[in-house]
Amino acid sequence: MTATAEPTAAEFGKARKRKEDARLITGRTRYTDNMSLPGMLHMAVVRSPLAAATITAINTEPAKKLPGVLGVYTAADLDAEGIGLPCAWPITPDMKSPQAPPLATSTVHFAGEGVAVVVARDAASAEDASEAVEVDYDELDPVLDMEAALADGATLVHPDLETNRNALWVFDSGEAGSGSSFDEARSAAESDGVVVKRRFRQQRLIPAFMEPRSCVVDPTGEQLTMWSATQVPHILKTMAALTLGLPEHKIRVIAPDVGGGFGGKLQVTPEEVLALLVARKLNKPVKWTETRSESLLSAHHGRDQIQDITVAAKKDGTVTGLKVELLADMGAYLRLVTPGIPILGAFMYPAIYKIPAYHFACTNVFTNKTPTDAYRGAGRPEATFAIERMMDELAAELGVEPLEIRERNWIKHEEFPYTTVATLTYDSGNYEAATAKARELFDYDGLRAEQRRRRESGDPVQLGIGISTFTEMCGLAPSRVLGSLSYGAGGWEHASIRMLPTGKVEVVTGVSPHGQGHETAWSQIVADQLGVGFDDVEVLHGDTQISHKGLDTYGSRSLAVGGIAVVKAVDKVIEKARKIAAHMLEASEDDIEFEHGKFSVKGTDQGTTIQDIALAVFAAHDLPDGVEPSLDSDATYDPENFSYPHGTHLCAAEVDTETGWVKIRDYVCVDDVGTVVNPLIVDGQVHGGLAQGIAQALFEEAVYDEGGTLTTGTLADYLVPSAADLPHFTTGRTETPATSNPLGVKGVGEAGTIASTPAVVNAIVDAVRHEGINDIEMPCSPQRVWRAVHAARGEAKSTSQHTTETAAGGGLGSMDAQSADNADTAGGAR
Amino acid sequence: MTRINVMVDGVSYVDDVEPRTLLVHYLREKLGKTGTLVGCDTSNCGACTVHLDGRSVKSCSVLAVQVDGSEITTIEGLARDGVLHPMQQAFHDNHALQCGFCTPGMIMQAIDLLGDNPDPDDHAVREGLEGNLCRCTGYQNIVRAVLDAAKKMQPGAHSDTAQQPSTVAGGGN
Repeated sequence: MTATAEPTAAEFGKARKRKEDARLITGRTRYTDNMSLPGMLHMAVVRSPLAAATITAINTEPAKKLPGVLGVYTAADLDAEGIGLPCAWPITPDMKSPQAPPLATSTVHFAGEGVAVVVARDAASAEDASEAVEVDYDELDPVLDMEAALADGATLVHPDLETNRNALWVFDSGEAGSGSSFDEARSAAESDGVVVKRRFRQQRLIPAFMEPRSCVVDPTGEQLTMWSATQVPHILKTMAALTLGLPEHKIRVIAPDVGGGFGGKLQVTPEEVLALLVARKLNKPVKWTETRSESLLSAHHGRDQIQDITVAAKKDGTVTGLKVELLADMGAYLRLVTPGIPILGAFMYPAIYKIPAYHFACTNVFTNKTPTDAYRGAGRPEATFAIERMMDELAAELGVEPLEIRERNWIKHEEFPYTTVATLTYDSGNYEAATAKARELFDYDGLRAEQRRRRESGDPVQLGIGISTFTEMCGLAPSRVLGSLSYGAGGWEHASIRMLPTGKVEVVTGVSPHGQGHETAWSQIVADQLGVGFDDVEVLHGDTQISHKGLDTYGSRSLAVGGIAVVKAVDKVIEKARKIAAHMLEASEDDIEFEHGKFSVKGTDQGTTIQDIALAVFAAHDLPDGVEPSLDSDATYDPENFSYPHGTHLCAAEVDTETGWVKIRDYVCVDDVGTVVNPLIVDGQVHGGLAQGIAQALFEEAVYDEGGTLTTGTLADYLVPSAADLPHFTTGRTETPATSNPLGVKGVGEAGTIASTPAVVNAIVDAVRHEGINDIEMPCSPQRVWRAVHAARGEAKSTSQHTTETAAGGGLGSMDAQSADNADTAGGAR
Repeated sequence: MTRINVMVDGVSYVDDVEPRTLLVHYLREKLGKTGTLVGCDTSNCGACTVHLDGRSVKSCSVLAVQVDGSEITTIEGLARDGVLHPMQQAFHDNHALQCGFCTPGMIMQAIDLLGDNPDPDDHAVREGLEGNLCRCTGYQNIVRAVLDAAKKMQPGAHSDTAQQPSTVAGGGN
């Protein structure tokens, strides 16, 4: 009676085309801005053009009179002056936390901060009215440079905090007992070894997800319902309740189709809070959708660190000590996990290497810029960049081959599981295999030969090879470790399985996909485990009324944590069904075998399918005593450890020393993400990750002028790369299963971004090192590369180590406003 | 207000529109064609790309009043009787989308690209899509999909979908 799709070959590992595509390729999509409800109003935010100013007056009258305008509100009008947006990660007990209001009250602290909101009948009227709100400002001196911000007597972003320092977070392996003291290692190296010191600049980036943020709040139902373009519906529900003092059981949050996040939508935004306040005040549905310029300006930014790195090593290249001192720009306020982002990187500077002594110190600094928070990799790209660049610098200093110096220091395959000096225990890894495969795909020796030929012939276009052998910790867990870091939330994930009478299956998951293909991957897992058809499984997510429990999607956690929760829930379904099968087949439970969705009695052909049992349980006419008439089960899974994907990335870059133009000639990466559920999805995540990592190396930079105005505030200035800007990627894989979960899976979402930035910059520096260059600040635009080469040749003014000059307009010409005496810039014309 | 008469996805509409109304907002808010999306405010991202009289345009850079008397095809008008356009099928077959937000515009531009150059190479596809930004895929599978569709849309190539009317296949001269 129950039609079942015959379970074909294993789904696990199959390049299944995605279920999600059907609606996405036909325009049948449910992005939040597509929503419209009866009587829905539109909210627009009036934003400060100034980075630091006191608000002396706000005149909302002219705007109120415009047709279609229902209300114009300041923080006072919404009695929101006491509201503070949440920060869930107080990294130290003495951390400074300025109140982060949804709208500025008396002082604005970054250009783009909201000062008033307008509510009107339609988006156009709201936009028009927002321009009619008159705001008077008294401009203050903006604090824009981290080192100046920490100097004595510096202007304070938040005077009431009496400092611009948010916190100082320190880890020392000597004190922690996980290694020896760095100072000893350094003094030893000073006498009989080498000490290399570099300063790197992690420029400020903008996630720039393709779907601008949007939310719709409908207060008219029994539960207030908020649709939002968010990565974290569950967290948003709880945080909205806590932030506004609303009863949590009266809030429903829905993340419908979400157009990418990359950490940029891991947030509780001022606009979501304002939409909640305004909708409840007017008792009408309210929609807010940002423009792209609004998004680049006011959605949280990423990265923005100054890294001072010191490596002590023996003459043969064996690293004996690593010291990391960071300045990390928080921006004007702390958002959800802002202060914790650089701390996430603290554990990854030692990376894949056996470093005996490690000292890490991070000073978080407030500036009058847009707040920073998670962006793809969140702390780990910065760490991998520093250590992989330092390995190349050390190799150059000692004249050791860069691949060799890595092999000399990395953890050998047979030494796993390995506890690092940063106290993490890597469960598995095979750096040798990944590197060997990468070299094969890359023709390493051939390219080195070409590099030599070009150098000997003085070819204006030089060739460089960049290496990045990385690992990362992802799948933020286990909860108690997060607790030890005083991270506000846990690291578990929830799933439940509903067995329907006709044998179909509904999987409710606590992750919140926004492009990752979880519907397809979870269907593959459940189809295999339960022996049902791939198309007989429906995955439900993103609506807190259906998925009441979850910790959403970020940090490459979904498969390694959420996927395992699904597996654990299915295990329980099978155990319940086994009891009932034994009863139906009149055999003892021990004799019941389960395979491909069929329970059979050992040694006989007697059996029954999971679908038949589901129907039998629904009818419940003949169940064993004391057995509930349900197979449905759920599980909340807290992993015992992070997951540790790793990989070897090789990049060949041509650098035209006459124009500064960089062309990626060849990009090869071999990643080890453990067992693979769907290779199509894994490749897609790696491609996308590479694009964003390469974009940091070559194209993107959020630039502020001396007044604190973002000069890269449109997609014409903030250079998100196009198809024409990026190369073909050669991707390969090795499979060293994780030992911390039954599927052996690891995260993949951030691997490409974490590994690729240093690979590209290493290649560029390698191409021009013979000119006496050992670093070029990112993004390595033609301008910066040209200046570095010609400065090294004594022909032009180099940029200071981390330029604070006015960067007119950002983008490729981000530094073209140089003083007149410079030679005419011959930056590569695109 | 100005009256316009326009054919969109095979249906004709007559509407009065404000002179300043952008075509993308007319499609989304007046006609409910929310398959076409807005991703930026400087005509860089391409998410709003549709076909106007057989050529791809960014509907954020066209005023609704300009399309009086024209024919428009959006992402919602490509499939015929439930059968996908070869470009839609190729995007699905090659995992050429993840979050899907750039996809409508990317598909419409890719069709126009093949209208101009039915047999492009990798480089020509990348140049042809330079006006359509994607943040998830790194473009590799998108390029693969367009090359796949090009093969399948070659004249004479066996294709189980009916021959597409010219306005959909891009009006290449």
